[in-house]
Amino acid sequence: MPNPDASGHWGEFGGRFVPEALIAALDELEAAHTAALADPSFVAELDKLGREYGNLPSPLYFAERLSEEAGVEVWLKREDLNHTGAHKIRNVLGQALLTKRMGKTRIIAETGAGQHGVASATAAAYFGLECTVYMGEEDTRRQALNVARMRLLGAEVVPVTTGSRTLKDAMNEALREWVASVDHTHYLIGSVGGPAPFPQLVRDYCRGIGDEARAQFLDRTGTLPDVVAACVGGGSNAMGIFTAFLDDADVKLYGFEAGGDGYDTGRHAATITAGQIGVLHGARTFVLQDEDGQTIESHSISAGLDYPGVGPEHAHLAATGRAAYEPVDDAEAMAALEKLARTEGIICAIESAHGLAGALRLAKGLKPGARVLVNLSGRGDKDMGNVVEYFGFANEKGA
Amino acid sequence: MLHAADAFAKTRAEGRAALVGYLPAGYPTLADSIKAVDIMIDHGADIIELGLPYSDPVMDGPAIQKAADQALAGGFRTKQVFEVTEAVAGRVPILVMTYWNLVERYGVERFARDFAAAGGAGLITPDLIPDEAEEWIAASDQYGLDRVFLVAPSSTEERIASTVAVCRGFVYAQSVMGVTGARAATSAVAPALVERTRKHTDLPIGVGLGVRSGDQAAEIGAYGDAVIVGSAIVNCYLDSDDIPSGHQKLAELTADLAAGVRR
Repeated sequence: MPNPDASGHWGEFGGRFVPEALIAALDELEAAHTAALADPSFVAELDKLGREYGNLPSPLYFAERLSEEAGVEVWLKREDLNHTGAHKIRNVLGQALLTKRMGKTRIIAETGAGQHGVASATAAAYFGLECTVYMGEEDTRRQALNVARMRLLGAEVVPVTTGSRTLKDAMNEALREWVASVDHTHYLIGSVGGPAPFPQLVRDYCRGIGDEARAQFLDRTGTLPDVVAACVGGGSNAMGIFTAFLDDADVKLYGFEAGGDGYDTGRHAATITAGQIGVLHGARTFVLQDEDGQTIESHSISAGLDYPGVGPEHAHLAATGRAAYEPVDDAEAMAALEKLARTEGIICAIESAHGLAGALRLAKGLKPGARVLVNLSGRGDKDMGNVVEYFGFANEKGA
Repeated sequence: MLHAADAFAKTRAEGRAALVGYLPAGYPTLADSIKAVDIMIDHGADIIELGLPYSDPVMDGPAIQKAADQALAGGFRTKQVFEVTEAVAGRVPILVMTYWNLVERYGVERFARDFAAAGGAGLITPDLIPDEAEEWIAASDQYGLDRVFLVAPSSTEERIASTVAVCRGFVYAQSVMGVTGARAATSAVAPALVERTRKHTDLPIGVGLGVRSGDQAAEIGAYGDAVIVGSAIVNCYLDSDDIPSGHQKLAELTADLAAGVRR
């Protein structure tokens, strides 16, 4: 497994850029995680939980009509069918079980659109942990339904009113709160970012996506895919599916970042494509930042990709050329979302539509019949408000 | 160029703790941040910490966040911290407290060079641990700058030892598990941390503990070598209707704190 070095770096990326006050907790977490993965009873319990509660393993689905249109074989890893509707359940079940193992009684989490918050609140309810979710005030208004879900699940939702009042500020607030409560609280981070060991830890709990998909693919086709594609915000679903294929040199890995209004407009979240190396939220990675190093606000129709940083392992895979990263703008993603709905009867999350759109764009340059595996990381129920607004369905069909 | 050691030589000779005043550069305005530093020095501050405003200050509480936001909204640029430093240097040591990305983006060696040229004493780096600081340690050696790392109540003995070993000037004891400005009840945590840290170093130990008054400064000055005050200073301006009243409040607060460390 391609783990970081002893100090949590992949090449020049990663590490720990956090207050000294958190170092002891990060050391404790790293030791607990390493011991847990080496403990057959922990692994067995997590596996059972995934199967019986999380609806895992998720199916591998051959999208026949979409493939006909695309001219290549399109295979979808159906993470949208997991409990709570996305790959995120894998991460929260793993970290919540680890929280219990560490003897902590409370989790805190940051959330943008609310998906990681809902997943965290779900795991907290299952395990009987206290849960506080930090969410930008703007987002609590736009995603009132997810706020209600979290509260129904018993979590406290704290609207964050500092900075730009979005995901990055929610993460700042969670880090601040964690320093003050670290003795009994675990910070259940939502992606493969943050200080070591979080990027590796979250990847380890998400890597089942790729491990399953690789075995399923071999079983169904007798070969490996030519291309594996996923959307990248922080990058947990992409690391989840990439990891199993990192040593398969013939399998090309593509991460698709949010191009927002268009890469040229400057209003996007294409961190690897357009960012510079810097430090954000505890790790050295690519960051959307100005000349002085102040973080620039990102933009995307997809709240889950709307983040000005990216996991450090992705930065490393980009720097070494093992994976390629390209932007997909709002319009291209929404066209792919509509195409999938109409050819396959699947409404995916707008995040996942970025990965699909990138794969379909890539398909035009592939030989006919090439095999493309796309991580369909989440379902689209949560996005219907945006979809209605974007396509104007209400005006066209309704009034 | 004055270094932290110069201030501590003086305060140790006087048998008292040093008063360290913190204010973000560019707050409440660029010119008024210079004026505010002069006020603090006039009224008894022994060392000045200039904050470098940053968009994502994860260690700071509401007061300093607000001040940093306001400085950035006013167009503050990293390089202006050198202007402020140059304007106030010469009377007491001037340190800059900064989140690491700003230094890295400016260029670590270049930052050290320009800051030293402006008369700065050194850096306090709250989100840079020595483990990640190879480039900064080299640059601070090259330009003769103080480097102040943090120790915390959660630090192990090993980490305290390895951290103080690379500190120069003083050691910053973050005595509350929480953000700046967090009000601590008179706790046993801070003296215990100072005592643990002393076993590993002869360097002065500065204590930040949400100090708001001369009485609290006196209490901390009894075991710490420096009393660091930040949020209460920023609040002089946040709580005032206009900048001149903020300056007035700051003069009164600094005088009270300075009397506290002299008790």
